[in-house]
Amino acid sequence: MSFTLKINGTSHEVDVDDDTPLLWVLRDVLGMTGTKFGCGAALCGACTVHIDGAPARSCITTIDTVGDSAITTIEAVGASPAGRHIQQAWLDLEVVQCGYCQSGQIMSAAALITDNKAPSDDDIDNAMSGNICRCGTYARIREAIKHAATAYAGEAK
Amino acid sequence: MLNTYAPVQPASDTPAPGLSRRSFLTASLAAGGGLLLAVSLPRFVGEALAADGPFAPDAFIRIATDGTVTLVMPQVEMGQGIYTALPMLIAEELEIDLAGVRLEHAPPDGKLYTNPAIGFQVTGGSTSIRGFYEPLRKAGASARTMLVAAAAQMWGVDPASCDAAKGVVLHPASGRRATYGSLAEKAAAIPVPKEVALKPVDKFKLIGTPAKRLDVAGKVNGTATYGIDVKLPGLKVATVAACPVFGGKLKSVDDTEARAVKGVRQIVKIDDAVAVVADHMGAAKKGLAALKIEWDEGPNATLSTEEIVKQMAALATSGPAVDDKKVGDVAAAEAAAARTVKATYQMPFLAHATMEPLNCTVHVRPDGCEVWVGSQVLGRAQATAAEVTGLPAEQVTVHNHLLGGGFGRRLEVDSVTQAVKIAKQVDGPVKVVWTREEDIQHDIYRPYYYDEFAAGLDAQGKVTSFRHRVVGSSIVARWLPQAFANGLDFDAVDGAAGPYGFPNLHIDYVRHMLPDGFVTGWWRGVGITHNAFIVEGFVDELAVEAKADPVAFRRGLLANDARARGVLDLAAEKAGWGTTLPARTGRGIAVLFGFGTYMAQVADVEIGKDGAVKVRRIVCSVDCGVVVNPDTVKAQVQGGIVYGLSAALYGQITLKDGRVEQSNFDNYQALRIEEMPEIEVHIVDSREAPGGMGEPSTAGVAPAVVNAIFAATGQRLRQLPIDPDRLKGA
Repeated sequence: MSFTLKINGTSHEVDVDDDTPLLWVLRDVLGMTGTKFGCGAALCGACTVHIDGAPARSCITTIDTVGDSAITTIEAVGASPAGRHIQQAWLDLEVVQCGYCQSGQIMSAAALITDNKAPSDDDIDNAMSGNICRCGTYARIREAIKHAATAYAGEAK
Repeated sequence: MLNTYAPVQPASDTPAPGLSRRSFLTASLAAGGGLLLAVSLPRFVGEALAADGPFAPDAFIRIATDGTVTLVMPQVEMGQGIYTALPMLIAEELEIDLAGVRLEHAPPDGKLYTNPAIGFQVTGGSTSIRGFYEPLRKAGASARTMLVAAAAQMWGVDPASCDAAKGVVLHPASGRRATYGSLAEKAAAIPVPKEVALKPVDKFKLIGTPAKRLDVAGKVNGTATYGIDVKLPGLKVATVAACPVFGGKLKSVDDTEARAVKGVRQIVKIDDAVAVVADHMGAAKKGLAALKIEWDEGPNATLSTEEIVKQMAALATSGPAVDDKKVGDVAAAEAAAARTVKATYQMPFLAHATMEPLNCTVHVRPDGCEVWVGSQVLGRAQATAAEVTGLPAEQVTVHNHLLGGGFGRRLEVDSVTQAVKIAKQVDGPVKVVWTREEDIQHDIYRPYYYDEFAAGLDAQGKVTSFRHRVVGSSIVARWLPQAFANGLDFDAVDGAAGPYGFPNLHIDYVRHMLPDGFVTGWWRGVGITHNAFIVEGFVDELAVEAKADPVAFRRGLLANDARARGVLDLAAEKAGWGTTLPARTGRGIAVLFGFGTYMAQVADVEIGKDGAVKVRRIVCSVDCGVVVNPDTVKAQVQGGIVYGLSAALYGQITLKDGRVEQSNFDNYQALRIEEMPEIEVHIVDSREAPGGMGEPSTAGVAPAVVNAIFAATGQRLRQLPIDPDRLKGA
């Protein structure tokens, strides 16, 4: 079947089965490999994208459910103020190790501070619990989210 | 990961543990202009057994005529920060800014750099800094000396009257200056100095300062390219199912329905697996699910963990055991002991579960083969591709990529072998991607260990003898058969007496043979991760038997090791050892020496009424000698603790009917952010030779936590993972 997808502000037409996960359309059909495959079952968060601003696991989001929603991926999250602040905080606080899970971490974190410019530790736990990092960068992720949220809140004033 | 090859005590004037002394430099004019320095590095002792051949460079430093400095190196970046730490070593002695060093990953361009042997290096065993620390500083100092000599010659002045700073040679007396770029070609004609003086530690400007990581920019915007991200014209994607029973074979496949899936292009059968080749992974997975596969399950169809453990328990009694260390007279000491304490400890099989599932892209042509992969062992990847295709190694090109985690899994090339077998049947390039289920169920697992202890105590509670028998499969026998000649697996017994000095000591090893097809391999922290848990748990038991404080008891056993006492006391002090804790909470300590590094960890845990273990805080002290990048050391401690804690709380691979029972992150769990303890890292200021930092913290966390659980509940856990059922209401 043919689908028209709105990704990072651009329309893309793809011809795949309607039960194809969005993840593979992004990675293998459209060549947008910043979104990562980790588990295929919404257990690790590596494939997180935004669908109309909300974080979603693209590995279990079938293409027929996307409709004309706006999809944002790691390649374009820096265009939003929240995404830009998160990326900068990730660099400033040296969060990254192997980096493979970080696309998903950044997408979850950017969605969090878009709505919540002063996230508590519980807010961070709730928003980030679905994102696994095997390198163990969690402490720095928490600090970087607070850092980014503060910077974002300061800018918004 | 690959182990250090001998339990060597480090000293600043000897090569790092496990490394031989072989290291030297040659210089030449670089193709395209400039100065090219080739650096030959010390070898792993295991490799050195067969490697006393001609000069074979392992890394290159090129100073171009425009002044750019390029380091071409074989070590791979898998999150450990090596793309930053190694350039720091060169920049320090060459007198340039860190930002002035560019990195190229080996294998190099054959036109510029001549020796393909570079691909045979290994990244693992926390060896990178230990191996490169001196050679790269010497290379930097040699290049600087040659650049200064070239300038002095040009100006007709004494080299001693010149200085070098920030990529420029200066002659202060005359005010003359020349950039490194302008001197590079002249310097190539200067003989390589036989001896160069290296800066003393207190003159370091870069080493020891927290340098920004050089590899991260692309990792926050989706542009960093891991093996799984390879893009090629005409690339197909395949996913694979290997026989779920280890050692089994493919019998038959009905692929009618799979072929009807949109986007599926081809079904490929190999001896023990079947792959679906498609336009994209979604179609490949759907096709794989539609296959009707019949397996010949072979002789392991009834294999279970229970059976394996039963075999190991029998071996612990019957042997045959091979001696590792014998000190004094254990039998006499036991006979004279006031009390003898015995215990059996067990550790499970573990999967690695790197975030990036295994994958390998291959294009086989009649006259060559290309492989795209993220690997800790490029040479092995090349060798297996050559073997499977029948091509000479020089016709196999391996393109390395960033690794989405290694942890020892990417020291193995089973997935490369399989991908090349599949690619031989595919016209054009194919990317073989394992599902997470395939990744967990076809790992090369950390061995199961079954260890027995006996210790004698005198009437005052002093340890008079220590006996430790290790039973486990041998990784060394498979990886380095020449080092297994006497039947002792040096990795399995590494750290088997902890850092302690026991007056009477006996350590031996019994090899357990696993059935064909079920393979064990290196896992972050290797032998130390096994022995630190087991020894530190048992030593804690001895402290209880002796009615001694666990810290004081250990200090008493470390009389001859000031660095070990140093980390023990530092961690205890920073953690507030001895202060009163609330009910259902406990504090435990563990100390270890491994990879040239001393470390102690103090864990604070809280036990729920349901037995749930919450690790509140870890205080870690580390003496890893000279620190190259302190921020990376901290990151490695934090990360290693998370990896070790995931295993301590959840990690186990179990077998039933010859199959692995776990499959994904729901039943092979990893620590999540809300479970993250507060971690404090205290680094000892030291001038000793640098120790490895990739692995000690993984080893130290489980024993600290288990000892804390004992302090909180009185329950002694001698088996991992931690079983909350045993702590219910405790």
